[in-house]
Amino acid sequence: HIATSLPLPSERDRLRPRIDLIVFMIDIKSKCSLKNVEASLAYVDGSFFLGKVCFLVTGVGRVNCCSIEINAISKLGEAYCSPVLFCELELEGVRLATAQRLLRMLQICAGLVPGFSALSFSLLMRHSADD
Amino acid sequence: DGAARTLPSLGRLSRGRPFGRAYGRLGTSPSGRLVLPAPLSQESGDPQKTALLLRKAWTLYSVTPLYRFCRGRLRDYARLLSAFIAAERQKGLAVEVGVELDIKVALSSLPELQGSEQDQPAVLVQLSSRSRASPKNSEDKILWSGCFCCVYGDDLSENMPEDFSCLPLFLANGAESYMSVVGNWFQKTFDCTFRRLAISPFNLSWMVAMWAGCKVDKAASAVELVFSVPRLPQPLDISYAIHPEDARALWDTIQKTPGEITQEEVDVFMDCLYSHFHRHFKIRLSATKLVKVSTAIASAHCDGIVKMLHSQYLSGVLMLLTELAISQIQ
Repeated sequence: HIATSLPLPSERDRLRPRIDLIVFMIDIKSKCSLKNVEASLAYVDGSFFLGKVCFLVTGVGRVNCCSIEINAISKLGEAYCSPVLFCELELEGVRLATAQRLLRMLQICAGLVPGFSALSFSLLMRHSADD
Repeated sequence: DGAARTLPSLGRLSRGRPFGRAYGRLGTSPSGRLVLPAPLSQESGDPQKTALLLRKAWTLYSVTPLYRFCRGRLRDYARLLSAFIAAERQKGLAVEVGVELDIKVALSSLPELQGSEQDQPAVLVQLSSRSRASPKNSEDKILWSGCFCCVYGDDLSENMPEDFSCLPLFLANGAESYMSVVGNWFQKTFDCTFRRLAISPFNLSWMVAMWAGCKVDKAASAVELVFSVPRLPQPLDISYAIHPEDARALWDTIQKTPGEITQEEVDVFMDCLYSHFHRHFKIRLSATKLVKVSTAIASAHCDGIVKMLHSQYLSGVLMLLTELAISQIQ
């Protein structure tokens, strides 16, 4: 399911299936997208931040068109205890690899991978990022 | 608190440079404070020489350190470059059709363009010509100028072995064909690499915030920002002009420590401008691409073209550009 901002319209609450993973997409070329994500974060229940949220930064192939400070995004990831992934949607190989990564994360968050919970996976990601 | 007041550099906890490096190395960098050098006093150096740099559109390049560049040999280099140009013209390159020209090359040192003690003084390269048809004592016409400089480039020059000279910023003005000939010669002779230097919207917003806050004596020109809107069937440019007094007043309410600028202050400044525009036109400028900024101090375009307009702040502008060049090299 794709939405341009949160909160999701309440009319469809009854029809909506369980949400296992929220991916916040930030376009490096648009400061507006970062502001939008920051505003939407306020509508997310705290329990999601135990491994069911991740930030995806797109457009990183074009560093010369960068409108936001990468440091600010890293701080956002730290503040919300969620991983930050970087990708370039215009490159097919990267797009495919990123999609596979997200699918894998989704499988873990939905509890489909035995022995691995969303929380344990997020702790794993955080420790490897610190190294 | 000396550490916070000196120019920062990425990756080292005691100093942290936000400008340029913040996106060059994804992930690290503390919230930087940039310290502005005091404006040049009018008496320092030869104003005539530095006036060469003003009011011209310079194309920016980053240059890797030059190997075995000897300052004492500038005359020799001029002769060698001149011979190289003549040879290239024989081959049919760098030729202006239909014009018989003698091209003279001059290399000179500009010690006024230097920030810290460690900086190498700037080197100016000028190609001038006198048409064989024109009278003997007419003045040479300057065809092309290039300037290597380094203003507060300590980060690069710090650990540089002795044989290398650090002049990471190159400014070029004139025909592209001359640039490629001169560039080729320097690359071959000193084993360096020239690369075009682009300026991201992120860095342009730092520039406009910094320059809009500068005090200018005479009537200043408007602060202008130009945005390009992506993904439209026909390209659309939005030009946003602000009265310089208003821009300075806004900046004065935001800046906490005179002489220092933080990322937060730049963000607040830009957000104020964006929300003002949104209130009137219902357009979100933060979703567009900032492509050009103009102030009374200088103007800069994202393709890496700058014009410096005020001699007092020349050093400050060159310092920023040196910073950008260094982050492209590293």
